Amino acid sequence: MTNLQLVFPEIFLSLSIMFLLILGVFKKNSSKIIQNLSLVVLLVTAVITFNETIGIKEVKLFNNSIIIDYLSSLMKIVTLLATFLVLIISSNYLRTFKIFKIEYPILILSSVLGMMIMINSNDLIVFYMGLELQSLALYVLATFNRDQIKSSEAGLKYFVLSALSSGLLLYGCSLIYGFTGSTNFNVIANQLGSSEYAITFGIVFILVGLAFKISAVPFHMWAPDVYEGSPTSVTLFFTMVPKVAALTVFIRFLYVPFLNLIDQWQMILIFLSIASMLFGAIAAIGQTNLKRLVAYSSIGHVGYALAGVATGTNEGMQSSVIYIIIYIIMNLGLFSCLLMMKRENQYYEKIEDLSGLSKNHPMLALSLMIILFSLAGIPPLAGFFAKFYVFKSVIEQSMYFLAIVGLLSTVVAAFYYLRLIKIMYFDKEKEKYDTDHGLWLKFSLTFSTLLILVYFIFPSQLIEVVSRINII
Amino acid sequence: MNFPILSSLILLPTVGAFFLFFTRGNKKNNFTVKYVALFTSFVNFLLSIYLWILFDHTTSEFQFVEQRIWIKDFINYKVGVDGISILFILLTTFITPLCILSVNNSIKERLSEFLIAVLIMESFMIGVFCSLDLVIFYLFFEAGLIPMFLIIGIWGGARRVYSAFKFFLYTLLGSVLMLVAIITIYWLTGTTDVIELYSLGIETKYQNLLWLAFFSSFAVKTPMWPVHTWLPDAHVEAPTAGSVLLAAILLKMAGYGFIRFSLGLFPAASEVFTPLIYTLSVIAIIFTSFIALMQEDMKKLIAYSSVAHMGYVTLGIFTIQQQGIEGSIIQMISHGLVSAALFLCVGVVYDRMHSRLINTYGGIVSIIPKYSVLFMLFTLAALGLPGTSGFVGEFLILMGAFKDNFLVAVIASIGVIIGAAYMLWLYKRVIFGKLINNDLKKMIDLNRSESIILTSLAIPTLFFGFYPDPLINTIEVSISDLIETYNFRLASKI
Repeated sequence: MTNLQLVFPEIFLSLSIMFLLILGVFKKNSSKIIQNLSLVVLLVTAVITFNETIGIKEVKLFNNSIIIDYLSSLMKIVTLLATFLVLIISSNYLRTFKIFKIEYPILILSSVLGMMIMINSNDLIVFYMGLELQSLALYVLATFNRDQIKSSEAGLKYFVLSALSSGLLLYGCSLIYGFTGSTNFNVIANQLGSSEYAITFGIVFILVGLAFKISAVPFHMWAPDVYEGSPTSVTLFFTMVPKVAALTVFIRFLYVPFLNLIDQWQMILIFLSIASMLFGAIAAIGQTNLKRLVAYSSIGHVGYALAGVATGTNEGMQSSVIYIIIYIIMNLGLFSCLLMMKRENQYYEKIEDLSGLSKNHPMLALSLMIILFSLAGIPPLAGFFAKFYVFKSVIEQSMYFLAIVGLLSTVVAAFYYLRLIKIMYFDKEKEKYDTDHGLWLKFSLTFSTLLILVYFIFPSQLIEVVSRINII
Repeated sequence: MNFPILSSLILLPTVGAFFLFFTRGNKKNNFTVKYVALFTSFVNFLLSIYLWILFDHTTSEFQFVEQRIWIKDFINYKVGVDGISILFILLTTFITPLCILSVNNSIKERLSEFLIAVLIMESFMIGVFCSLDLVIFYLFFEAGLIPMFLIIGIWGGARRVYSAFKFFLYTLLGSVLMLVAIITIYWLTGTTDVIELYSLGIETKYQNLLWLAFFSSFAVKTPMWPVHTWLPDAHVEAPTAGSVLLAAILLKMAGYGFIRFSLGLFPAASEVFTPLIYTLSVIAIIFTSFIALMQEDMKKLIAYSSVAHMGYVTLGIFTIQQQGIEGSIIQMISHGLVSAALFLCVGVVYDRMHSRLINTYGGIVSIIPKYSVLFMLFTLAALGLPGTSGFVGEFLILMGAFKDNFLVAVIASIGVIIGAAYMLWLYKRVIFGKLINNDLKKMIDLNRSESIILTSLAIPTLFFGFYPDPLINTIEVSISDLIETYNFRLASKI
């Protein structure tokens, strides 16, 4: 029975999803209840995860196909809490567009379930199952504002391209199965050796699939369109949560079965990382839509997170985890600001709509400025530390080229963040925006801004939490 | 010493800014806001004077050292001062209240935000001068970009956006390589603690690249020719108080960094690259002096003269002679006072006439005599007339240079003459001559706050010109010790 206890979070979540679905179908006008219940479910799942699994060193279940260890528990909790925050701040937005429906929280919960399975996976098939569950939910979420042509376009684009990448990924899986005779990560690790080069093909295909999911260059093409077209609250979800799961799989996949083949995949990751950092920085300069700009900036940030993974060391992997956590907090703040730019039931998402924000809404502008400087990686804000840890681990592996290119691209990226600050602070003001935002929206903005601002006083805590991850 | 005096110096302005943050908003409380800021920075000044009194200048050890664990097993928050850094802290705390006092006339909008930016800037600058850990140093060094960017961008002149971006991106680009170098040092030695690094030393084979990485940051910040181009833009567009902060303190961070890190940590590399520094410094001295000669805009002229003066500073530092380095520090202090005063002088006439062009003015000596006298004093100090602090610095630098390299010293001396030429010519065109522009007749002489500011800058300029002993006493031991260690390291090849 102990076995089932450890997957209790997943079981609880799936049962809740079914229950909520039935409740939503049979009870009229229940979207508010479902929303609140989903929040409760997320919190309860997080608590269960914390209680049941956080102290566990490493347990494998179901014929070694699921792994519960510190990394998986931590990432699951991050996923759940991030989803909680996304859900709680998106309700006003959904109401404005009259898409505040029961499906929204349920779809989000099911994609979270998929992510949790991905995070737990120690087997290619389990991993693929989780991946598809989360992706299918995400396709529907992208088209959630179905009366808008852009939203439908975003969903379709996402679906077609994502299906392609899933195909590549499966092909990679089958290659690896063919050459090692197993889909289990640990068995694969023991079967390496003779057919090293053939397996490399499999790794490349799987990396392509994963890079697509995490939107790393050159598999990023879907991201700007999908981010722009999807409803803002969904975009928020896209930029934050799936990246956590995808990064975990990246780490698990490369570090458990294939750490000995580091010579084969390290170059690929370095390339992905450098390309994402540079492209994210340069392509964002020309953007006029804030959501597209965020898309490019998130491509850049993924590049930094991958730089940590590319080192092939524990420290590097930990720095990536720190990076993604800080990135989530920054993005939460950024989107809270975006969701506050509303006037008479219309949301504004062009960068010139920020014009003169500092005069009309000084506090909003101040928070956004802090968040943007942090995204640009200027000390003493949290974003600097995220980059600092990554580059520390990169330089410790003597990968100077990666470090220098990465830091130079932060300078390029600083340009477009500064441009936003310039528009807010140096330009003429426009009409005021509404100020009657929900309490939770204000809370999430204050919360993320304060975390970013005072992170430098307590930098050790996060490191301590993350430094307990040990999978090599 | 139990009372954490250095941390209080760093924190106090931020606390003041925090208070201002909660009184921000309406126009009525501008008065209160200003006095809160002024009070904070003045208390900070008194505190730093107290620090100077307690300071023991017979030793080169770091004093008032505070150490706390910051990131476990990695970085400690460590601050402390020695003879080299204490003067810069004094300069910072001295200039900031004057800046705040000067906003009366120039800053019309968003006063409390401006003062918050200035106070936070002060915190960061003091942090730069007393941090004894490379990462903490970098943190403060970079963080200063944020308030300065806003000061130039929000309250600046017509081309403020361009200048603010140029300032920010130039300096950021210079600094990121320094970050790589800092992490590399940690990787090589296992520590970023400056005191420990002084005793450990860094292997010679790594020094050249590390030196270049630090140099890229400091050269931009100094600024040295050919990466000086952000400075005239930033100076011209920044509001008066911003220019003062930039010229008086921000530029000194790099000079300080050269002494503390380039000489202290990488002696072998410093020896290798001395010719490079000499060349760039001499070019800066001669070339930018000529450029200054051709300027139509007063602020631009003073900005270029800053580049030239910083050329002397870098030249003096890399002579590795007692006089040279002493001269550089005194030159930096003196330039901090004098350039601040000159920018304020320009600010005075700009507030009245809204023009910085030299040919707007002329013949105003009889209209605003008090101003003309003080302006005269600072002009002479800028060109290094004996009896002003400018002379002491330049003289010591050139003395050090003659000991080390005769040719460089001769060329640099020529720079003094050109310096005299452009400063005097500026003064002549602005103050003397025929009164052509009739609008000038309406100009009023210095008001009370302006007189207070300029006089309080004039006093130390003259005092240290006649009696530089207090400055030299403070820095002497630290510098001789620095040079001794430097030569020892060089001889023993570590």
